[in-house]
Amino acid sequence: MSATWPTIELAVNGETRRVQAAPMKRLLDVLREDLGLTGAKEGCGEGECGSCSVRMNGELVNSCLVPVLQAQGACVETVEGLAQDGELHPLQEAFLHCGGAQCGICTPGMLMAATQLLAQNPHPTIAEVREGLAGNLCRCTGFKRIFDSVLSAATQTTEPAHKAAHAR
Amino acid sequence: MSAHAKTRIVGAPVHRKEGVDKLMGRARYVDDMEREGMWHGATVRSTIPRGLICSIEFDRRIDWSEFAVVTAADIPGHNHIHLIFADQPCLADGKVNHCDEAIVLLAHPDKHKVREAVGAVKIEYEPLPPVFTMEESERQKVVVWGANNLLKSFSLEKGDVESAWASAARIVEGEYRTGAQEHLYIENNGMIAEYSAGTGVTVWGSLQCPFYVHKSLMAIFDLPEDKVRVIQTETGGAFGGKEDYPSTIGAHAALLAMKSGHPVKLVYDRMEDLAATTKRHPSRIRHRTAVDASGKLLAMDIDLATDGGAYSTLSSTVLSRATLHAPGPYVCPNVRVRSHAWATNTVPYGAFRGFGAPQAIFAIERHMDEIAAAIGMDPVDLRRRNFLHDGDTTATEQVMREPVILDHLLDRALAESNYSAKRREFARENKTNPVKRGMGIAAFYHGSGFTGSGERYLNSLAGIDVTAEDKVRVLVSSTEFGQGTNTILTQIAAEALGVEYEDVEMAPPDTGVVPNSGPTVASRTSMVVGGLIERACKQLVATLQQGAGLGESFAREAFFAACVRLRRAKGEVVSLCRYEAPPGIFWDDKKYRGEAYPAFAWSIQVAQVAVDTVTYSAEVEEFWAVQEVGRVLNPVLAGGQIEGGIAQGIGYALYEKVLLQNGHMANNQMTNYIMPTAEDVPPIHATFVEIPFVHGAYGAKGIGELPHDGPAPAILNAIRDAVGVSFTSIPLLPEDLFARLAVRAPVEETVTI
Repeated sequence: MSATWPTIELAVNGETRRVQAAPMKRLLDVLREDLGLTGAKEGCGEGECGSCSVRMNGELVNSCLVPVLQAQGACVETVEGLAQDGELHPLQEAFLHCGGAQCGICTPGMLMAATQLLAQNPHPTIAEVREGLAGNLCRCTGFKRIFDSVLSAATQTTEPAHKAAHAR
Repeated sequence: MSAHAKTRIVGAPVHRKEGVDKLMGRARYVDDMEREGMWHGATVRSTIPRGLICSIEFDRRIDWSEFAVVTAADIPGHNHIHLIFADQPCLADGKVNHCDEAIVLLAHPDKHKVREAVGAVKIEYEPLPPVFTMEESERQKVVVWGANNLLKSFSLEKGDVESAWASAARIVEGEYRTGAQEHLYIENNGMIAEYSAGTGVTVWGSLQCPFYVHKSLMAIFDLPEDKVRVIQTETGGAFGGKEDYPSTIGAHAALLAMKSGHPVKLVYDRMEDLAATTKRHPSRIRHRTAVDASGKLLAMDIDLATDGGAYSTLSSTVLSRATLHAPGPYVCPNVRVRSHAWATNTVPYGAFRGFGAPQAIFAIERHMDEIAAAIGMDPVDLRRRNFLHDGDTTATEQVMREPVILDHLLDRALAESNYSAKRREFARENKTNPVKRGMGIAAFYHGSGFTGSGERYLNSLAGIDVTAEDKVRVLVSSTEFGQGTNTILTQIAAEALGVEYEDVEMAPPDTGVVPNSGPTVASRTSMVVGGLIERACKQLVATLQQGAGLGESFAREAFFAACVRLRRAKGEVVSLCRYEAPPGIFWDDKKYRGEAYPAFAWSIQVAQVAVDTVTYSAEVEEFWAVQEVGRVLNPVLAGGQIEGGIAQGIGYALYEKVLLQNGHMANNQMTNYIMPTAEDVPPIHATFVEIPFVHGAYGAKGIGELPHDGPAPAILNAIRDAVGVSFTSIPLLPEDLFARLAVRAPVEETVTI
């Protein structure tokens, strides 16, 4: 039946991708099934857990709640786009160093939420970090080492570098 | 003793072994995997809590020839999930004993079609009367399991409880209740299976215990060991929730693979996972305690009951651990614990971090504050007066041979939390502030490893090999699911062999490759399996020194050069060790007497809580945990275990309620089953006091479960301190606080004009 589905074009991690998909297919499924980007996870399928978080046109979205037709022409950033040329992004480095990831299932979404937070607010307070990550559930860490990771990345990263990283 | 030796890698905050894969989004969880020609599975489940299955009809509007359909009749071997008893069917056959019990399995190439088809299977039942509470179950008017609904009972007796009541200055009684708790791992249960007549069954999936699944599949398919292969995929959280359930979903996926002739992926969505899989056992624990005028415990009579759900699964072992943790970390000459696990018509309750201890410790640690109030003593002083010390005996008459430093842990916890000054300050402020604050403590131990003779029965085998590419591989069936198995065992091996952390990797968690090092449960991996790895490494070094020319002291390069020589001579470089019980261990399974655990981890936790008397919400503002877990093998991972366990414990106390309606979980969504978020978890201060344990790997004891044991009683004790009202049941939600704390509005007087 796929022959009858419209082609949707979107930029994923800076690369133009075309998919033929049912317009109401979830962006999460398009990323995972059509584009082979399995970093974003399904934890709840109803926008509560945030493990499917990706950035779309500079906004953080739960990709399980976005029909792919809404992503027509959009710039989508996923966890797979964070590291550049094999070099970990400062947030990934900080998560590794501070113990911000345990089982790792929430980590891709958490990293995207943290990326969004630092893009909007390069030097957040702990209260702002808590608020910025409140839509992403982690059952392993108790969050403390995730906060440490984000705050540590924020102090290590200069503002202009962040703006550049998210200028797409 | 190696436990005290200076180390290079053990004790260092080395990075998580699989950390980069997880951070790059390239770690492969089961739902990230595909197999050539793979179909998708779905499960048709019972909609009633108990009854006979009269008929199974398939809606004719669907072309069922496109589907693989499996019922109990398709099971080639035994229709039960092998665990402790064989009472739980793999697929219901003729009757159901709980809602959401699996009856029919479907597979189809299209995952949407297979999900839609579930609703097109119509099952007619003849309902039987269900039992939903442990009170109904223990009345035995309706018998739903065995001869009398009793899944298991234990009786533990020390001294003579009855002799103590008459001489007591005070007898304090209390009843405490804990609710079910969902693990809420963020990755739902899932498996992929393949079947062929020649090679048998292979399953890949999210699981804790590869050999549990292996053994269960052998019975269900009536296949020999070498025709069943179980491979763990990256596992997105487990907490005990993937201890026994993977045996069920793994069998389901494998039956569908056999019937369809295709690989089959069976992955639950959140609603199905919450409705159909295990939870923490609800409990009701009654204490009757005699104390003398100085607060010394004279007798403890404890009656402990758990709700086990419809099948026995792990209820007996959970009850065992609850029984052994029920008297708390105190000395008492006369102790009696009578415990019972009762069957009900709900989804079987199972393993969850703490495994009966959080329930038992909630009761004793809440009760200690009630005793303190009854005799007008400070709760801290009451605990201190009764703490276990070196040389004392527990309720099972186990002599505390290792140092017990509860007093020191308590001093540290009180100092770090500024406990006394805060209590005074809050008492002053609470008089006028609508937000009432309080401080509460909990003191407890957690037994490391399997109970009593359990480790000897497990008879674990683990070790290492060295590949031709100069890589050391750790050979264990102990799995990684966030808690740090990969990192810790790699650190131990690198340390013991004198090589670098990067030289060591984990062999794939595949029953076709690794030996059975036992299940990944019971806070046993670091202490027990780590100990086997340490021994296996030292055994290899000795072999290399004796037969391959390795010197007394050696560099990393010399080690690998010696391995090359040994491989040339023997064909392989491998070293395996089997579990040996520490000397002097005695355990009587019948009398429940003796060495209950090879080691105990100890902790004092302090909660600072604010109760808003306008909104009736209770919030944990800050939390302190001081613990002695033996040697800390990796401070970053250890801290993460403590903080994560405390966050789950806070959820257990104040947020997480499993709401059953007619035996079905009504709030089976993340929208209405609420866990603590980034904004709810308070600052947590974890402090370790290290006393290396001589029989653990580099001095390690268990750590993973300990932190979950204390938050609930510490928080409810703090709420008592804040508002002066005792709450004895968790979860404690705002509506429960409202029910007890709200001042009733004055009745309006009739006004006559």
